[in-house]
Amino acid sequence: MTKIDTSRPETVLPTPSHTVGPFYGYALPFPGGGDIAPVGHPDTITLQGYVYDGEGKPLPDALVELWGADPDGNVPTADGSIRRDPATGGYVGRNGVEFTGWGRIQTDANGHWYARTLRPGARGRSAPYISVCVFARGLLVHLFTRIYLPGDDAALAADPLLSRVDRSRRDTLIAEDDGKGTYRFDIRLQGEGETVFLEFQ
Amino acid sequence: MTLTQHDIDQEIAAEHAAYEKRVTDGAPMEHHPRRDYAPYRSSILRHPQQPPIAIDVSKDPELVELHSPAFGERDITEIDNDLTRHHRGEPIGERITVSGRLLDRAGRPVRGQLIEIWQANSAGRYAHQREQHDAPLDPNFTGFGRTITDADGGYRFTTIQPGPYPWRNHLNAWRPAHIHFSMFGSAFTQRLVTQMYFPADPLFPYDPIIQSVTDDSARQRLVATYDHDLSVPEFSMGYHWDIVLDGPHATWLEEGR
Repeated sequence: MTKIDTSRPETVLPTPSHTVGPFYGYALPFPGGGDIAPVGHPDTITLQGYVYDGEGKPLPDALVELWGADPDGNVPTADGSIRRDPATGGYVGRNGVEFTGWGRIQTDANGHWYARTLRPGARGRSAPYISVCVFARGLLVHLFTRIYLPGDDAALAADPLLSRVDRSRRDTLIAEDDGKGTYRFDIRLQGEGETVFLEFQ
Repeated sequence: MTLTQHDIDQEIAAEHAAYEKRVTDGAPMEHHPRRDYAPYRSSILRHPQQPPIAIDVSKDPELVELHSPAFGERDITEIDNDLTRHHRGEPIGERITVSGRLLDRAGRPVRGQLIEIWQANSAGRYAHQREQHDAPLDPNFTGFGRTITDADGGYRFTTIQPGPYPWRNHLNAWRPAHIHFSMFGSAFTQRLVTQMYFPADPLFPYDPIIQSVTDDSARQRLVATYDHDLSVPEFSMGYHWDIVLDGPHATWLEEGR
């Protein structure tokens, strides 16, 4: 039964999730997927890291999506992350001017991903963070996590999520400062140092 | 020792029985697979062992996850939703039309959001270099499409019926024919990637991926309905598939859910 009768709300039940599988690579990733920051923007930061499985092996086929606010804490409303060329059907890329706040990166053969985006501003009661959604072969339901940036200890201590997470696991949500606006954020799907994943209710 | 279909069948049955028992004992219905579902071997090292941390979105309406990235007309081309027109020649296979609506948990349309699909060709082969299944590639079919939902949450794709294909989960493992779907909602929390199947596929009982949805009625929601009214005369067979996004979103909060 896949025609939903919206006049009967009790029949409106969620479509189950499935794995993204191994062969999305010619479909979902796009050139410049991680180049989210407008060209030459002074608040640009570089994020990079690896995605690891339960044996500590990097995943060469994980897909990472990032979604974050602009430096003033406003949610981006511009489209155009995957602009297309109507003449060739190919990609023309972002326009380098507008900030869409969203990016998508496939890990490379080494399990490495990177993105250049804008340093997010704070919203509501949270310390500034970038929302992350991870997909992979073998992962039947995607995983949400967050990248918090180090530096403002008071803001991090007051964050409603970080203050609830066990001390021993809290640091998996905070990127490491590698200097010059570059941060390292590894995602460990399982086992020692397992990243804290989130469930929104 | 070679892992056989019989071994996997037994594991699938055990997982199904365990779910039925949980529900009988009062546990809630499970709409989604558990990430720890061993019959699908690739899940073994790729699922977290710690429970997720719950975030009650009603406590903070400012969460960026309650908003969604925007997509617009410049992110798609006019023929992106017709996968039969992406090359100079006609692809081989049975043309199909797949159409339906993108809805939220309250049954309201999700408008102006991105749907992406990808699939194998009619011979069961993906246009992906790492896919080495010994079936022909079709130079006139890539198998990737995009669209943006209309004011009713509606979407429509024209494509080719994908073929089933073998994979290496166990000996003689075959995936039922399916189309991969990726959806955005009005909130990032509603993000969904899944697979749509075709009615009455004989491979369903053998496939640990569809069986990872252990609830019988939830599994049915992954199967499209043949819809004669969607069939295009002299052109394509029609399938209807409505999609309901899970996850909390801002409209819920406004209504005090």
